[in-house]
Amino acid sequence: MKTAHFMYECKNALSGFHTCWEVKILYKILKKKQLNESIVYMEIDAPYVAKKALAGQFIIFRVNEYGERVPLTIADYDRKKGSITIIFQAVGGSTMELASLDEGEYILDIAGPLGVATEYGDVKRVAVVGGGVGCAIAYPQAKALFNMGVSVDLIAGFRNKDIVFLEQEMKDVSTDFHLCTDDGSAGFHGFVTDKLKELIESGAEFDEVIAIGPVPMMKFVCKTTEPYGIKTLVSLNPIMVDGTGMCGGCRVTVDGKIKYACVDGPDFDGHKVDFDELMRRNSTYREQEKAHVCRLTGGVRNA
Amino acid sequence: MPNMQMTKTKISEQKPEIRARNFKEVCLGYTEEEAKLEAQRCLNCKKMPCVSGCPVSVRIPEFIAKVAAGEFIEAYNIIKSTNSLPAISGRVCPQENQCEGKCVRGIKGEPVAIGRLERFCADYAMAHESECERVEKPQSNGHRVAVVGAGPSSLTCAGDLAKLGYQVTIFEAFHTAGGVLMYGIPEFRLPKAIVQKEIDSLKDLGVEIMTNMVIGKVLSIDELMEDGYEAVFVGSGAGLPRFMGIEGEALVGVYSANEYLTRINLMKAYLDDYATPIMKSKSVAVVGGGNVAMDAARSAMRLGAEKVYIVYRRSMDELPARKEEVHHAIEEGIEFKLLNNPTKILSDENGHVNGIECIKMELGEPDASGRRRPVPVEGSEFVIDVDTVIMSIGTSPNPLIRSTTPGVEANSHGCLIVNEQTNQMTKEGVYAGGDAVTGAATVILAMGAGKKAAQSIDEYIRQK
Repeated sequence: MKTAHFMYECKNALSGFHTCWEVKILYKILKKKQLNESIVYMEIDAPYVAKKALAGQFIIFRVNEYGERVPLTIADYDRKKGSITIIFQAVGGSTMELASLDEGEYILDIAGPLGVATEYGDVKRVAVVGGGVGCAIAYPQAKALFNMGVSVDLIAGFRNKDIVFLEQEMKDVSTDFHLCTDDGSAGFHGFVTDKLKELIESGAEFDEVIAIGPVPMMKFVCKTTEPYGIKTLVSLNPIMVDGTGMCGGCRVTVDGKIKYACVDGPDFDGHKVDFDELMRRNSTYREQEKAHVCRLTGGVRNA
Repeated sequence: MPNMQMTKTKISEQKPEIRARNFKEVCLGYTEEEAKLEAQRCLNCKKMPCVSGCPVSVRIPEFIAKVAAGEFIEAYNIIKSTNSLPAISGRVCPQENQCEGKCVRGIKGEPVAIGRLERFCADYAMAHESECERVEKPQSNGHRVAVVGAGPSSLTCAGDLAKLGYQVTIFEAFHTAGGVLMYGIPEFRLPKAIVQKEIDSLKDLGVEIMTNMVIGKVLSIDELMEDGYEAVFVGSGAGLPRFMGIEGEALVGVYSANEYLTRINLMKAYLDDYATPIMKSKSVAVVGGGNVAMDAARSAMRLGAEKVYIVYRRSMDELPARKEEVHHAIEEGIEFKLLNNPTKILSDENGHVNGIECIKMELGEPDASGRRRPVPVEGSEFVIDVDTVIMSIGTSPNPLIRSTTPGVEANSHGCLIVNEQTNQMTKEGVYAGGDAVTGAATVILAMGAGKKAAQSIDEYIRQK
């Protein structure tokens, strides 16, 4: 771990500028890979976080002084090296700014590990379902289960073959790997829910399904498993500010009760989650997010 | 001869119609002449009732006498000897219930403006830094103490311990130290540069601040102690927002006051350069009657809302907010819907808030708090058209510490249990203070607790 003494100038309303020193941990980007056109892999020096991180937990990052606080699930960690891995889609203003940083550069703030780690029950066979960038998190979940000796069906869905990532890695940690594409350009032609249903119908006895991906995908995975009574865990990604239970922005309705995804989750029993409400709440800042992206790209991006 | 004017010397403020649309500080402070004039209203009573009303026992008549004599730096030093954050407490203390509430001049007329004078001295000292005694970093005594959180109780505790030579590390969960002073209280009431200045003065004393450290997650209290910290002070505050449990609280456009204020104050959503978004509301209902509710309402106005309502279930007399804040809010055009209680939040077909249904209340018999209990008037429901609702009905202590520290106990409200004399928790070497112990209270009470805990920690370590 490195710390640095930053000299910064404080504007003081009363006495003008003055100079102070502050000790700050530096979160260095050790490795960066572009996994597809918009998905980025980053390994970051964050020894305190790495020491405690567990599958299912998340961090909050802030790229720079003007940045917002953004939650991201921890994709992997290396306790020895003191590093964590994040995999994210550069889709909004803040993730685009993060993606613009290169190896050797620093992220201003990383807080974590936050949230409750995934609790695996006594399971023999599990289907782990990932959608798009959600595969980045489905992968470590599959890996954890696979290493526990659980039989893992990893169902990974993408729009088309060009954006598939971590394919080999996912194969390596699953008993059966099912690649799905919406357009049929690789693997199974159809949605992950179609594949999941097919497996269940053909007699696969899943003790549990874990779904990570866009909210509509998780909603439909839950719809798929509900008639069969298969316990389904989802990892939620609501709007969040602090990540410690302070703002209440991440509240979701689970089983008719308010839960804070940051401290009670982010994993919940998918059959009890009000997904429509979550989708609505996640759309709160859609217009402002577009403006943020436009400011960064000069308006060339059509989101 | 004392100045026998019955009212406080007027203080200049930004005009309501102007300030209601900007985030600059409302109150502009006394000039040197005004401060001297006001200081001369003090009768210098032998019994000093004002001091008994102060949670940190500022030697009030003494400092005021120095102000009256024009010896402002001396006045500041007297305040600073018992109050480590005078620029802050001078601005946010509920003086009417404390020092000024006990002032003899308040019996006939207005009390001496102790808060304004305290603020004046602190601002004067900040502006005349070169005239102040330089704070030398004290000789280290080799003992390490960890402080969890960086709000008013923690800052006070850390500062007092550092002055005694302890090596103090503050662990803050956010990316910025200051706690509620940074994320909660708005710029127009407490400029962040002033808070930063107080924090920087701790760094001058050798206090180390580590941000992004969520204690309970990244490190436990036990691990801190294993790491060589001989004592730990927990000042983790009361950050968990409460909701009413009424229909519609998950709609788009419903905030907790904590979220709303954090976006504005800590994340600077009101400035264009910052990425954090906030809703641009036209019509806002803030539910609650405390200082936080006033802050949220006045912030909403400054973000451009046309209509802002305070919805409070009791009457004006029971409003728990500081008098000055209520007065300022009214001046700025906030409309008070008193004796009303929300029953549900309404929405359009897209799940966006478009109204709040309230029921009228009347005051019945006094309840446990001594205030008259509000009772709903049946069938009196009505709707206020709003596009945003901000819930400001209180907060509870964060459960992170109590759920991750064996041996620590909390009461049914989640407040950490401490020995009232020493502020020690139910675990040896671990102390707590501020809102984490009392539930949501004031900055000055938190500072008082931090001070007391610092003394206890010093005694504990010396006796070890």
